[in-house]
Amino acid sequence: MALVSVKDLHKSFGELEVLKGIDLEVEAGEVVAIIGRSGSGKSTFLRCLNQLEHHDWGTIQLADQRLDGTSMTPGELSQNVGMVFQSFNLFPHKSVIDNVMLAPVVVKQTPKSEARRIAEEVLAKVGMSDKIDSYPAQLSGGQQQRVAIARALAMNPKVLLCDEATSALDPELVGEVLRVLEDLAKEGMTLILVTHEMKFARDVSHRVVFMHQGRIHESGPPETLFTRPQTPELAQFIASVV
Amino acid sequence: MTLDFSSLLPYTDQILEGLVTTVWLTVVTTVAGIALAVVVAYVRDGARVRGASLVSRLLGGYVEVIRNTPFIVQLFFLFFGLPALGVPISATVAALIAMILNLGAYTAEILRAGIESTTRGQHEAARALGLSRLQSFRHVVLVPAFSRVYPSLISQCIIVMLGSAVVSQISVFDLTYAANFIQSRNFRGFEVYLVVTAIYLLLAVGLRLVFEFVGRRLFAFRQGGSA
Amino acid sequence: MTDFTTWDIVRNLLLAARWTVVLSLIAFIGGAAVGLVLTLLRMGGLRPVRWLVRGYVDLFQGTPLLMQLFLAYFGAAVLGFDVSAWTAASVALTLFTSAFLCDIWRGCVEAVPSGQWQAARVLGLNYLQSMRHVILPQALRLAVPPTVGFSVQVIKGTALASVIGFVELTKAGTMLNNATFEPFTIFTFVALGYFILCYPLSRYARYLERRLYGAGIR
Repeated sequence: MALVSVKDLHKSFGELEVLKGIDLEVEAGEVVAIIGRSGSGKSTFLRCLNQLEHHDWGTIQLADQRLDGTSMTPGELSQNVGMVFQSFNLFPHKSVIDNVMLAPVVVKQTPKSEARRIAEEVLAKVGMSDKIDSYPAQLSGGQQQRVAIARALAMNPKVLLCDEATSALDPELVGEVLRVLEDLAKEGMTLILVTHEMKFARDVSHRVVFMHQGRIHESGPPETLFTRPQTPELAQFIASVV
Repeated sequence: MTLDFSSLLPYTDQILEGLVTTVWLTVVTTVAGIALAVVVAYVRDGARVRGASLVSRLLGGYVEVIRNTPFIVQLFFLFFGLPALGVPISATVAALIAMILNLGAYTAEILRAGIESTTRGQHEAARALGLSRLQSFRHVVLVPAFSRVYPSLISQCIIVMLGSAVVSQISVFDLTYAANFIQSRNFRGFEVYLVVTAIYLLLAVGLRLVFEFVGRRLFAFRQGGSA
Repeated sequence: MTDFTTWDIVRNLLLAARWTVVLSLIAFIGGAAVGLVLTLLRMGGLRPVRWLVRGYVDLFQGTPLLMQLFLAYFGAAVLGFDVSAWTAASVALTLFTSAFLCDIWRGCVEAVPSGQWQAARVLGLNYLQSMRHVILPQALRLAVPPTVGFSVQVIKGTALASVIGFVELTKAGTMLNNATFEPFTIFTFVALGYFILCYPLSRYARYLERRLYGAGIR
């Protein structure tokens, strides 16, 4: 059965209906790229998956647990779903290693020595081993984002959500972050990414989902979607970003 | 007009005793007042998440009452008022409580500004990592909030230290009390107050230096640049 | 000993509160006048003048107001004047207020972008003209909320005049307390009196600040 299973998901902000019924299943190990114009609801959808926004209607199943705001504590949820933000959101007063160790120690009650071992391991994975005692203000954007990825991985989540992980980066720093994500994909990590990097979506993802006006307008394998869009909206979108 | 400071010399012990009292009152007040402020700020911050509770309203009232009445009146209220209600209280304890309540209220308000400027991203990152509100407040919100308002915090602690001169009015043997005491013996009021005022000035400068030293250690993370 | 009714207490406190208000007004208006001159000297002027003003501000901000009151009171005597508590309190509170207002206003003037100075100079305005026509109008807008906020400190500061024998709200409270031995009631009313004077000003200062910096604070 699917790792993530979303049925008929609705979400409104006041009068504005942002999600108008989303259905999506994601298998373990799958990499799904969500594309679409700003305002299409893709970020909101992602934020519903880890309950940063609470949906109004429909169901989200994670493994065999149903998310309804009460079934899982935030602590349990964070061990299932990790999140990487557009603006990194590292904790400025904590060193790199402390950023990564915080949640395992505080939320999971992992002993410090063990948490440190895990932190060093995930930091090595993102290529940040030589900066573990630096503070975020001393790092480039790309480095900060790699630490943020490590921080999410330290909770050993089943699925990692990336909300425009490279949008805030200078162009020359985008590559290092995408390489880390690509490595994770190769290792079999389940990834759901909202992205503007069409080349990345095409090369790395197994499936691309095009969102338009709060609905999934079209979805399928990247080669089909990008070369033979079925709807004028998607064709137009691809033409505008390529 | 002649100034005669030599008439102060026999009273060095009194000045020292007063100085020691002023210093320890300030140290205890700073620690306890800031701790009180953190608790008050945390509870009041809860109103942001789940609406104002009775407790957060009461704490808001406490902050406003302290900020809008003179310290000397707060002191008299505690020192004269509590015994009248059947709660005996010594001058020193009354002074200490009044000072802590005073610094606590001002610092809570200062800290609130720092807490409110925490970005949404920081809150969301903490939540996404599974931190509870208390964990997030302690590990994510508090230190950066302090670092943002630190200059105001220093000023406030100095204001409370200087304001503590008023505790002499309920016979706590602080620096000002020592000055009054000496003045009543040698009738050299101006000289005495000049010397004691200078000591207060040095204390204020010293307190600022200590705070700045601690701040540089505590908030080293703010200094960016390459590692 | 006469029996005081609650109304007697309140009436006596109200009468004394007039002097709290008057002393506050003297200190605030006098302090604003001196503070304005100091701000101008601090911002322009010669280097030694700027240093002097800075020393003055640091001195008053770094010492207890109570000591300033004592020094005004006893210092005048040393100089050979026989001053009343009125004079000593007015002078000390005026100087105290001027130092704090000078510091607040300097901050506001400095908050005006330096490009404004340059633009004024390029147009041929001299220091005073630039100050009067370009900088001050902008600084004034910034200065209103913290100035209103500081007026609260002035009102509370007048309570210390009681210590040198000036009969205002707090002194009246201690005198009534000595006569009635009802400290709880009396100091509750005294505190209430200050609160009624100060709280509206605090609220107004906060409102002005919110309005100035937009509703985006929250």
